[in-house]
Amino acid sequence: MTALRIENLSRRFGDLVAVDNVSLRVEQGELRAVIGPNGAGKTTFFNLVSGLVSPSAGRILFEDKDITGLAAERRVAIGLARTFQITEIFPELTVRENLRIAVEVAGGHRLLPWLSGAGAREVESRITELLATAGLAGKADGVVGELSHGDQRATEILMALALRPRLLLLDEPTAGMGDQETHDVAQLIRRLHRNQALTIVLIEHDMRVVFHLADRITVLAEGSVLAEGAPDAIAANEAVQAAYLGKAA
Amino acid sequence: MTAIEEPGSAGRRAATSRTPGAAVHLLLTVLIWILLATMPLWIDRVGGYTNLATRVLVTGLAATGLNFLLGFTGVLSFGHAAYFGLGAYGVGLTIRYLVPSTLLGILVGVGVGTLAAVVIGFLIRKLRGVYFAMVTIAFGQVFYFIVYRWNAVTGGDDGLSGWRRQPLDLGFARIDILGDQTAFYYFVLVWFALATAAMWLLLRSPFGHTLIAIRENERRARFLGIPVEQHIWFSFVVSAFFASLAGTLYALLNNFADPHSLRWDKSGEFVIMAVLGGMRSFWGPLLGAAIFVVLQDYASSRTENWMSLIGILFVLVVLFFPRGVLGILGRRALT
Repeated sequence: MTALRIENLSRRFGDLVAVDNVSLRVEQGELRAVIGPNGAGKTTFFNLVSGLVSPSAGRILFEDKDITGLAAERRVAIGLARTFQITEIFPELTVRENLRIAVEVAGGHRLLPWLSGAGAREVESRITELLATAGLAGKADGVVGELSHGDQRATEILMALALRPRLLLLDEPTAGMGDQETHDVAQLIRRLHRNQALTIVLIEHDMRVVFHLADRITVLAEGSVLAEGAPDAIAANEAVQAAYLGKAA
Repeated sequence: MTAIEEPGSAGRRAATSRTPGAAVHLLLTVLIWILLATMPLWIDRVGGYTNLATRVLVTGLAATGLNFLLGFTGVLSFGHAAYFGLGAYGVGLTIRYLVPSTLLGILVGVGVGTLAAVVIGFLIRKLRGVYFAMVTIAFGQVFYFIVYRWNAVTGGDDGLSGWRRQPLDLGFARIDILGDQTAFYYFVLVWFALATAAMWLLLRSPFGHTLIAIRENERRARFLGIPVEQHIWFSFVVSAFFASLAGTLYALLNNFADPHSLRWDKSGEFVIMAVLGGMRSFWGPLLGAAIFVVLQDYASSRTENWMSLIGILFVLVVLFFPRGVLGILGRRALT
């Protein structure tokens, strides 16, 4: 089964074609990096896949099911979670409270006007488990908005994980981070990929992270797929170097 | 319960030590219940009267109901007087034309108000911000004009009189809530207790947590898989349910249903009360209502321009306590 299949996907904003006839396949358990210069349409591509924006043309298939017309929250419910370039969390709540909301929704409790003792214990143990995944247990009762950028990002990733997704979209998970934070978040992503066999698609600008993590790389330029392949092949690709790596260097 | 501070210095304090906030909140809750339970015993001595105490309770319930939506879902309704007024007319019309039963009247009033909210909430659930507020006003005014124009049934501008709340017959005992103002106060207090307990529990439930999530960050809420429109709709209905209940009690208090009780400026009063007392605090709207009602009672017998006093107070509070009077108590956790 293919985790994600994109067929001839396009999105126009007025005269601008942000995503232009993109097709790609991401296999189950794969870690795919999507790279490309600024304005290549990477974030629009994510917005299309996650349902924040609807496409002008084309189809999106998640595990062979056509989700093109599905509302964003329904896509989440069937196993497609994402994080954002600018972290989207509940900044005035604590890490634990952020996770609790995610865990309760994931447990199907979102409309419950009460939670049984057993249900509440289950929620708490899941929160503890998630906190341990990212080593955030010590900061669980800190207000998220006051934590470091890296910890905020880790919280957002944990909230996505709480939903037990089968496909995780990460939009620039290390953007704006220092070396240590970048390393920590990259390690977290690597563990999720390896230990939980999670299919991950990530947009990333930091090439060290990309080449360290990715199984395969898709290069977008001006809304279209410029190249796709294993990291070595992408590094050696002259068109990519000209369009992207060359500019960056 | 959540009464959240700016992520500034006070928030930082709360982050490092949570317990004082929780303790203060518990203390406040105990204090409020002691005051409410004993109010008829001392209100005369501080220059008030029993029906004023009842009015504080009823108005406080309406403002607390509104605040379920405003403070804990982050959605501003400027039309809650419609549900308050539908409750008032529901109970009045039932007792006057159908059955002389206080409890049945309450049931009808709350039913009518809630039903209206179910329909209107569904229609407006996708609107946000000022658009949502404007459309709630518009729908509210529809009910106001129906009541205002339908003279033959509602009494039009004169209001609905010619009916009285009926003594309670519980089978084993008869409680004279009509003749005995103190008995009526405690009758209202029982409803107030049930309503606030229900809202309190609801806000601590998984459903309540999704509302806080929507208030804090709608996009993240949606990408946790919460159908935001549906939850806003449900929150609107819960909120209007309690506003309707308050409306029925308000009509029973006055033995009268006033068309102004469903006009848009009444909706504005509920919003002012919530903001005045502190909309991020569970008891803020009750405090705001108490200040509003007492000031109104005191000042309106002396000047027609009592609203300007409220206005000045409102401006001062917003300037110096942007989170309302109870906002100074600081952050409380989501539990």
